[in-house]
Amino acid sequence: MKITGARALVKSLEDEGVEILFGIPGGVMLPVFDALADSKIRKVLTRHEQGAAHAADGYARVTGRVGVCMSTSGPGATNLVTGIANAYMDSVPMVAITGQVATNLIGTDAFQEADTTGITLPIAKHNYLIKDPADIPDVLQEAFYIARTGRPGPVVIDLPVDVSRGELDYRRREHPVLRGYKPTFKGHKKQIKIAARAVLESRSPVIYVGGGAITAGATPELKKLATGNKIFVTHTLMGKGAFPESHRLSLGMLGMHGTRCANYAICETDLIIAVGARFDDRITGKLSEFAPKATVIHIDIDPAEISKNVRAHIPIVGDAKQILKELDAAISEMGTEVRSPDRREWNALVEGWKEKYPLTYDRDSGLKPQYVVEKICEVTGGDAIICTEVGQNQMWAAQYYRMEKPRRFITSGGLGTMGFGFPASIGAQLGRPKDIVFDIAGDGSFMMTMQEMATAVLEGTPVKVAILNNGYLGMVRQWQQLFYNRTYSCTCLEREKESPDFVALAEAFGAKGIRVTDPDLVESALVEAIESDCPVLMDFRVDPEENVYPMVAPGAPLYDMIGDMLYPVEKIHPEKAEEPFL
Amino acid sequence: MKHTLSVLVENKPGVLARVAELFARRGFNIESLAVGTTEKPDISRMTIVVDVEEHSLEQVRKQLHKLINVIEIVDLDPETSVAREMVMAKIKADPENRSEVIEIVDIFRGNIVDVSKESITVEVTGNASKLRAFEDLVKPYGIKELVRTGKVALPRGK
Repeated sequence: MKITGARALVKSLEDEGVEILFGIPGGVMLPVFDALADSKIRKVLTRHEQGAAHAADGYARVTGRVGVCMSTSGPGATNLVTGIANAYMDSVPMVAITGQVATNLIGTDAFQEADTTGITLPIAKHNYLIKDPADIPDVLQEAFYIARTGRPGPVVIDLPVDVSRGELDYRRREHPVLRGYKPTFKGHKKQIKIAARAVLESRSPVIYVGGGAITAGATPELKKLATGNKIFVTHTLMGKGAFPESHRLSLGMLGMHGTRCANYAICETDLIIAVGARFDDRITGKLSEFAPKATVIHIDIDPAEISKNVRAHIPIVGDAKQILKELDAAISEMGTEVRSPDRREWNALVEGWKEKYPLTYDRDSGLKPQYVVEKICEVTGGDAIICTEVGQNQMWAAQYYRMEKPRRFITSGGLGTMGFGFPASIGAQLGRPKDIVFDIAGDGSFMMTMQEMATAVLEGTPVKVAILNNGYLGMVRQWQQLFYNRTYSCTCLEREKESPDFVALAEAFGAKGIRVTDPDLVESALVEAIESDCPVLMDFRVDPEENVYPMVAPGAPLYDMIGDMLYPVEKIHPEKAEEPFL
Repeated sequence: MKHTLSVLVENKPGVLARVAELFARRGFNIESLAVGTTEKPDISRMTIVVDVEEHSLEQVRKQLHKLINVIEIVDLDPETSVAREMVMAKIKADPENRSEVIEIVDIFRGNIVDVSKESITVEVTGNASKLRAFEDLVKPYGIKELVRTGKVALPRGK
C-alpha cells in the first residue's frame, strides 16, 4: 500500500522508538507536521530552532537515546546549526530533520532555501538530502544507526517538500546497509594485555576519564578498575559523574580550571589511563609539557582520536565498557606473575596535594557564586540533573557540584555554546520527569535562549534556573582583568539598570521569579524553587568581580596554576607565556 | 613527504565535496586529486596525492575513514604500485619548427590531438618525472596552455 513520504517519515520515527521530538514547523514542513498530528510521538514546540536542537541534545544526554529535532528549510535549518555543531563536538546522538524546498527548486535561490547539507557537512557525523520518497525508510534507519553507534553524533536529514508529499511502499530493512561504516567495538586482545602489564608495573598511575566513558555506560567497570587497583581518577568536564566525586580516589576535574591535585598528579604520573577522553587543549595546557613522564594508554572508540594531540603508547580502540572489563580481568590474571612496585609514596604524595590544595573561595564577603552552587549541591543531595550554560557559571558548577552518578552533568563542553543549558534542561526534564533539573546559568548565557521560558511553562517542565547574576559576561571579563589590563570592553551587562528584571520576566512568562541578594536566603530560595511545580527563575545577585580559580593560563603548562590562595593574581605575568592568548 | 592514497568511495552525490571539505577543514594540502568510476558502477576511486608528515598522514587516513561513504583507503607504496598522469599541452609550433616539436612528442610516446597554424596540442602520459622532463624540453618553444589530470594509480598485480 502506498503512503506519503511524510507518513513514511513519521512511521520510521515510530519504528525507531522515538517518543518525543522538538521543533518548529514551516512552509516546506507542512506535510510532515500534518502527518505528525495524529502520531503518539510527543511534539514539543520550542520558540526558536536552536532551543529545539539543544532540548533534543539535553534529552539525549540524560536518557542515552537519540534526540530528535525538526525545523523548516532556510532560516529554520540555519537556526538549528549551532545545536547540531554542539552535539557533534560533544558526541551526542541526534537526528535533525530539516525541510527543504522542492527538488525542482533546489539551487535556484528559492524562498527559504539554504544548502543545509552543505552547511552541516563539517559539523555533523553524516547528512542526507533525500531526493526520492522510496529512500525515506532506509535513510531514517541509517541515520539513527549512525547517530547512536560508534562515537555518537548528529545526523542531518534534509527533506524536500515534494519528497514528503510523494508516495512510496513502506518497507523497512532488518539492518541498515552501510558499506563504509563499521565502528570497532572489540578492543585488541594483545593491546589489552600490554595495557594490563603497564598498569601493574606502574608506580604512579592515574585514570583520566572523559565523556566517552559515560556514553559507553562504563561507570561500573571504571569504578571496579579504579578501586580494585587503587588508582586515582581525574575527570574532564564531560567526564563529570563517570566516577563518584566523593570517593577518596577522585581528584576532581583536571585542566584549565581543574584542581591542583589533579593537575599535579598528571604532571608527575608515570601512566595515564585515558578512557573516552580526547586530550583537548583545555585539558592539556601547553602540549609539550603535558604529562612528560607518562606512558599513555588511550582507550577510545574513535581511532582518529588516538595520537591526535598526545601520543598514545598503548592505544586500544573500541567500546570502553567492554575494554575496561577485559582490562580488569587481564590485570587480575597477570597479577600473580607481575610484581607491582610499591605505590605508597605516590599515594601519600597525591593525598597530600588533595588535602593541602582544596578548591577555595572567600566565604566571608557577600554572596558568592560558588556558595550558591555548593548550596544547590547540598539541598539536592548531589542527586539533581545539572545543566549549565557556558563560562564562569559552568566552571563553578563543575568545581562545586559534586556528582556521584553519570548522565547528570549536562554541559556544552566542546563547542562552549552559551544559551545551551536552559533549553537542554527542558529536554532533560522531559527525558527524566521525576528528577530535579537545574540550569546553573549566567545572566549573559541565559539571555541567549530565554525565549524558551514559554516552552518550559507550557510543556510543564519545572526546571530551576539559577542565574549567577554578576552583570557581566563573566569569563570574558575575567580574561580582560587578567590579560587585557582590566579593559572591560563590551562585557558589562549593566545589572543595576535592571534590564531585564529577571523576576518580572519570569512572571511575564507565567513562571516563578525569586531574587536573592543575601547569602542567608539562598537555601530557602532553593527549597522554594524545588517545591514549586512550575519553572523557577532565581536571580542570585552575586559578587560581580568574582573569578574562577585556580586557573592555568592559556598556553601555560598544567603545573603553572594561578589565582587561588597559593598563587594570587598579583603574581601573574602574562607576558611570560610563550603562546599568544586566545 | 608525498603519499598517494587510493580511496574507494560510494558513488553518491556530494562525496567529493565531503572529501575536499575534510582536507580543507583539517588543514591538509591536496597535491592532486583524480576521481572516476571503477569496474563497479556504485563505487568510485579517488587517487589523492598529499604532502604530509607521517603523523599527519595517519590523521588524514583516520579522518577519511570516519566519512560514512568512504569504504577503503590504501596508502600506495611507489615500489608496489603503478602510477600515471596525463598532461595535455598546447605548444607554439609554426611550420618551421613543428617537426622538432613532433619529434620530442614521439620520443615521449605522446599523441598529437590537434594542430593549428601556430600550435599543436599533444597528450603525454607517464609518471611525474617523465612529464616534467617533457615539459622542460618543450618549454623553449612556448607552452600556450597546459593541463594535468592528476595522478591515478593502482597496486601492481600479485
